Amino acid sequence: MSEIVLHEDIPEELMSADAAAEAQIRTVEIDSHALNFGPQHPSAHGVLRLVLEMEGEVVARAIPHIGLLHRGTEKLIEYKTYPKALPYFDRLDYVSPMCEEQAFALATEKLLGIDIPDRAKWIRVMFAEMTRILNHILNLTSFGLDCGALTPALWGYEEREKLIEFYEAASGARFHANYFRPGGVARDLPAGLEERIAEWARQFPRWIDDLETLLTNNRIWKQRTVGIGVFTTEQALAWGFSGPCLRASGVPWDLRRAQPYDNYDKVTFNIPVTRQGDCYDRYLVRVAEMRESVKIVEQCLAQIKPGPVRIQDHKITPPPRREMKRSMEALIHHFKLFTEGYHVPPGATYTAVESPKGEFGVYLVADGSNRPYRCKIRPTGFAHLQAIDEMSRRHMLADAVAIIGSLDLVFGEIDR
Amino acid sequence: MAEPGTELTMKVSLARGALGSLAFALSTGVPGIHSAAIEEGELVVRTGRDRLLALMGLLRDDPRYACEQLMDLCGVDYPARAERFEVVYNLLSVTHNHRIRVIVTTDEANPVASVHHLWPCATWWERECYDMYGVLFSGQPDLRRILTDYGFEGHPLRKDFPLTGYVEMRYDEDRRQVVYEPVKLTQDFRNFDFESPWEGILTLPGDEKAHESRQGLKLPR
Repeated sequence: MSEIVLHEDIPEELMSADAAAEAQIRTVEIDSHALNFGPQHPSAHGVLRLVLEMEGEVVARAIPHIGLLHRGTEKLIEYKTYPKALPYFDRLDYVSPMCEEQAFALATEKLLGIDIPDRAKWIRVMFAEMTRILNHILNLTSFGLDCGALTPALWGYEEREKLIEFYEAASGARFHANYFRPGGVARDLPAGLEERIAEWARQFPRWIDDLETLLTNNRIWKQRTVGIGVFTTEQALAWGFSGPCLRASGVPWDLRRAQPYDNYDKVTFNIPVTRQGDCYDRYLVRVAEMRESVKIVEQCLAQIKPGPVRIQDHKITPPPRREMKRSMEALIHHFKLFTEGYHVPPGATYTAVESPKGEFGVYLVADGSNRPYRCKIRPTGFAHLQAIDEMSRRHMLADAVAIIGSLDLVFGEIDR
Repeated sequence: MAEPGTELTMKVSLARGALGSLAFALSTGVPGIHSAAIEEGELVVRTGRDRLLALMGLLRDDPRYACEQLMDLCGVDYPARAERFEVVYNLLSVTHNHRIRVIVTTDEANPVASVHHLWPCATWWERECYDMYGVLFSGQPDLRRILTDYGFEGHPLRKDFPLTGYVEMRYDEDRRQVVYEPVKLTQDFRNFDFESPWEGILTLPGDEKAHESRQGLKLPR
């Protein structure tokens, strides 16, 4: 219940004494409403059910209900061999599939104690950065769409399509790539793909400029995002933020720099950081990150050399197809790998990568068998979504939509 | 300028050294810690439930550890053990760039102290751990289920919970509502034993004599 004071400009002489007294200060009681936002709301970015307790049009409390997309991925992985567990990671954050695969591949490689060939590392870095751009395009443009900017979304899908074609050329699948595997990558890049990526990397920064002309100084966009959903550095750290959301709050923290994996220690890039921690800053950080990602892709193309793309231990990676037709040993290896898989020595590791959304971690416990004993997935958006109550409190209803857009939530990952 | 590779190796070995000194400081300086050791290059601290809050407060506030972030909290189930659940906290320090993993054990009945007042993000992680394993967290005001369905029974990530679950749900056209029914599988759940029989068994069935002679086990008559 809240009290709102209404002043009415009816002349006093026209009223009775009681009414005149009442007109001075009239108290109206307004119910605080509970509003169901989602689970089928286009701005909920999936299946978020957000129960908003409203005082008029002001959000008093936001209670997220999640789990509507819970598929029991962690349980399923416990029943699958390591190679078969990998494709589940594509389906977690379906907007940035290869980065999730990378976390699981790195964790498995760590427990197996193997180091992958240099070319595979470059391919991974390159595709991880293309995945970052893929993710940020979708996030920024749909964030714009949430706030009423339709054009970026229309332009963005075209650019995404180019990147998805690179995905398809490399892995054979447009989204669920199953490409980064323990021991390297599934197959080498087809002839000519590197040139096509180089061509794309030349022209893509112009698209970012175009996007910025639509949004960055757009007055409506700034009114909708500047000063909305402000999170201080202390809050962001305490609530377990990571990735662009943490960097927008002024923490220069990036796992690619701080705890480099694959070949991230051999490329140079800047880490964009802003101070305000509002929705606009989260947008700016992502735009700047796309530019850095293009630079990393270019450096990968300059440094990548021909060579094997997976380790030559056929207990862990499949033998070449043509060998299988002639060599008994290769055939046995192939059969054993795709039925039994490989046995991972006992141990546990928490391995995290800087996915486009932030820290995506895998806590992998192996018991020496061919199946993970426990595979805990640390989703990025889980921590971000939890803070939505704190972030959107005392904001208007429309601002809650902007906050959800700026947090970059994907429910495949949050609900697992 | 050093080669990028060697620079990384140096950084890694330095980090290892720093983690090692942290492990030493923890195992010698903090009472009630069962062990603090580097496992697979990661610092793992095992402690008792009663000492958990003190340790977590120390890890967050002591400038030597400065773990500002609780990145992850999860359960692991070992049904054969006396205290079957492990609760695993993965802490991250962005100032020192290190990770510390804290592990406590518990069972279905004994609660673990909640750390939500140290890191507010712990609330959802603890809810998830409760939902998946049934681990109780004392002092947690909001210990509801989070990922499973409304009205769900059981704790699905326990090792004794079947993969297929117990109930399935469908929309009933006649009753015009969602109904829950016991799981009916048209084909039994196939849990393949991938463990190779060829590696475990020394004597193949039907081949005992050859095996004995090959191994030199056959006694001279």
